[in-house]
Amino acid sequence: MPNTDHKTQTLESVTIRFAGDSGDGMQLTGTQFTNTAALKGSDLITLPDYPAEIRAPSGTLYGVSGFQIQFSSEKVYTPGDAPDVLVAMNPAALKVNLKILKTNGIIIVNTDAFKRRNLELADYQSNPLEDGSLDGYQVFQVPIMSLTRNALEDLSLSNKEKDLCKNFFALGITYWLFTQSLENTLNWIEGKFHNRTDMLEANQLALKAGYSYALSTEMFATSYSISKAKKRKGRYRNVTGNEALALGFITAAKLTDKELVLGSYPITPASDILHFLSKYRHFNVKTFQAEDEIAGIGAALGAAYAGAVGITTTSGPGIALKTEFMGLAVITELPLVIVNIQRGGPSTGLPTKTEQADLMQAIFGRNGEAPIPVIAAQSPADSFWAALEAVRIAFKFTTPVLLLSDGYLANGAEPWRIPDPSELPAIEVTYASDAEQFAPYKRSLDTLARQMALPGTPGFEHHIGGLEKDESGNVSYMPDNHDKMVHLRADKIERIREFTSHPAIDGPEMGELLLVSWGSTYGAIYTAIEQLRKEGYTVSWYHLRWINPLPGNLENYIHNFKTVLVPEINLGQLSKILRMEYLVDVRGFNKIRGLPLSTKDIVEAAKSYLKG
Amino acid sequence: MREPIINKAQFTAKDLAGEDIRWCPGCGDYAILSQMKKMLPKLGLPKENFVFVSGIGCSSRFPYYLSTYGFHGIHGRAPALASGIKLANPDLKVFVITGDGDGLSIGGNHFIHLCRRNIDITVILFNNQIYGLTKGQYSPTSEQGQITKSSPFGSIEPAFNPVTMALASGASFVARSTDREQKHLGEMLLRAAQHKGTSFVEVYQNCVIFNDGAYSDITDTKLKKDNLLIMEQGKPYVFGQNSDKAVNWNGNKFEVVPYNESTKSNNLFTHDEHGLRATTEFVLAGLSEQPDLPTPIGVFRNEKRDTYEALLEKQIEFVKQNKGEGRLVDLFNEGHTWTVD
Repeated sequence: MPNTDHKTQTLESVTIRFAGDSGDGMQLTGTQFTNTAALKGSDLITLPDYPAEIRAPSGTLYGVSGFQIQFSSEKVYTPGDAPDVLVAMNPAALKVNLKILKTNGIIIVNTDAFKRRNLELADYQSNPLEDGSLDGYQVFQVPIMSLTRNALEDLSLSNKEKDLCKNFFALGITYWLFTQSLENTLNWIEGKFHNRTDMLEANQLALKAGYSYALSTEMFATSYSISKAKKRKGRYRNVTGNEALALGFITAAKLTDKELVLGSYPITPASDILHFLSKYRHFNVKTFQAEDEIAGIGAALGAAYAGAVGITTTSGPGIALKTEFMGLAVITELPLVIVNIQRGGPSTGLPTKTEQADLMQAIFGRNGEAPIPVIAAQSPADSFWAALEAVRIAFKFTTPVLLLSDGYLANGAEPWRIPDPSELPAIEVTYASDAEQFAPYKRSLDTLARQMALPGTPGFEHHIGGLEKDESGNVSYMPDNHDKMVHLRADKIERIREFTSHPAIDGPEMGELLLVSWGSTYGAIYTAIEQLRKEGYTVSWYHLRWINPLPGNLENYIHNFKTVLVPEINLGQLSKILRMEYLVDVRGFNKIRGLPLSTKDIVEAAKSYLKG
Repeated sequence: MREPIINKAQFTAKDLAGEDIRWCPGCGDYAILSQMKKMLPKLGLPKENFVFVSGIGCSSRFPYYLSTYGFHGIHGRAPALASGIKLANPDLKVFVITGDGDGLSIGGNHFIHLCRRNIDITVILFNNQIYGLTKGQYSPTSEQGQITKSSPFGSIEPAFNPVTMALASGASFVARSTDREQKHLGEMLLRAAQHKGTSFVEVYQNCVIFNDGAYSDITDTKLKKDNLLIMEQGKPYVFGQNSDKAVNWNGNKFEVVPYNESTKSNNLFTHDEHGLRATTEFVLAGLSEQPDLPTPIGVFRNEKRDTYEALLEKQIEFVKQNKGEGRLVDLFNEGHTWTVD
């Protein structure tokens, strides 16, 4: 990196947000920044934030697509509440994101887009670059589009094609600002555009031009550097939550020496799992893009019955459709993992936004007494481990398992410490081996799992199905048998508690305030707890892994606090469950904005109880 | 994939008895079960390789009545379960047992997509033109005008023709039979089961309780010969009390012509299950919907086409050849990685 007279200041952590039109390539720009920062050794978490429309009319407020990343020399747990730097490609992107920007934050704007038409589309009465409304921020006005065109003037491309490269120009500026190397992105462009050498050259030129522009115009007085994060030794790569789930399921199939069959129907924000898995045919992954959500789970259940690792992936509306099959999986007691990447509801709701409002649906949303264990992933990389654990329990207890993730975890990325395959936990699968003693609903005394036998095994022919059965697998409408089977199915799920590790309480076992949480709020609450403790408060925290069954040790703590506070992105669903289970007057902190909870809000909510 | 070895089965029809049968006395389902039991040993497959999958309805109780592997699913969704079973283990011989309500109403979407994909599954649809298990509502194959519990003034809905649906959806083997023509039924079941790809047999089946006599025109001994046409490969469509009539394609439509020694040698249209054109195939499927034309039974279509699972296996092999057998260590270390010391 060329050295100039500029100062380089070292920061602990920075949050940067790229924002532009849906077609401006902001997700790509953000991903490139992420990978480059990760390679430099930063810890990070990302938050893609984009509209459901693929290409909303350009320049509009609802067409704004954003990508936020917090990168740091310390471990980070959230994508950052408020950005330090905003890259705004047009007025709409500025307007939508200005309110969350830190005071005195850096704004890099593409002035070429601040023309009358775009200002009108963004509902600006006057040009914010001229009317003083950006006072209090460090504004850097860059005609990104015309500079990109200038940089590419020797290339025989249309202006439209040249304009497609402007995001790389903007990226180049940020690379200079944060002393990042261009190499990773140059290589990526080379691989991506190897079939279009003109665009390859154009994008590389644009990136370099942006970098050189920042360097030579001395637009910034200071550039910033983030030291390498002190992380556990090992090899790392960035994964999104959906990617980590896919990796987890492939791994689980390998560990059980089985094929992986995914039955799935495209739905945002779960489709990426289908996309990832469909690339891995050489791992004996059979992806089946079904005709609808129902067939997706049906095929997965059929495959599970015939001996594969059966998985179905969807989001809330898809779960609604799969519900009847989930009941069949419960009564036939087959190992199956159902993944719900929760999004804003009800109905179609907010397809690309995050929410935690499907918890009640997961635990209770079926006809009859149909208990299903529910596990929640807590971070993008953790999704890998949640997938392994879900498959392990599905087989050990011959049961469907619901795995909850959400839009934020699914699309958010963080570094994943790559495990050594030989150190992964074993996944046990047991089949009946004595044909004389076999009956499909005979059970293990430990786990209450039923005996399984795969079709194709001689001497074990049997029937299963949605009608109530007795132990032999024959249909039975006898009152006592039904009562017994209903209890057995419920008791079996309760037994899972004895075969799973329980989270440890973080902080004292009694005191003024206990936070209880689940799923993707982990990062924001972690950071909030850290901050509260820095400020001298004493606070305890318990983050759930399994929500059904609840872990055994929570009972030991939950009664020991003056206040139990549950932050959730719903109207208090875990709160209700905890009240019901433990008869504790749980308080909720609930914001349902389609976004992760902010650390600041959680800190404030906690303080309001700590003061009293 | 295992090839059928004829007459090597180690079991007989008697070994196939399952749970106690709970169909109504006189139900047409008994005949289908009986022919199925006779047919299965002929496939030369071991008994443990048979899997019967069903949805909901009277017909869908079928798997319980056989001592093979059986999966009684949920309403209309048997094709989805069966597809998953076949994906996970292509060596299994998988049957879907369904009815007109289960297969064509609630399960219509799954049915057409199964046919389209050509997964090697044999679908037997018991068509009694009524909802039996819910006690007598009209079904998607009930005749327009039919009086049922839910249509006391007559159904105003036109009926589906299951064979037409299977043909249009791309099933590679499509046949029709009836519960009364036992030998014919047995033969259709055998041929469907031996076919590689999605095979479909519509069985006209009498519901003695809620729709008795729905098929009397082709079951009544007096009427039958004038109304039932048994299609045979390479032969003209001959029917009638004394086999004295034939259905002939005049280039535009099917019409009845006299059939006797003198007309025999005329250039009559002959049946070809391997290559009927869409025009004749579809008109044939709905032949009896036209006045004075008989109801054809037999094989409408029998074509060789790659099965879904064969194409999938081929693709897996192809990717393995290019990328090698997948190893976790490679999977984990894909893309950009970095080391922290």
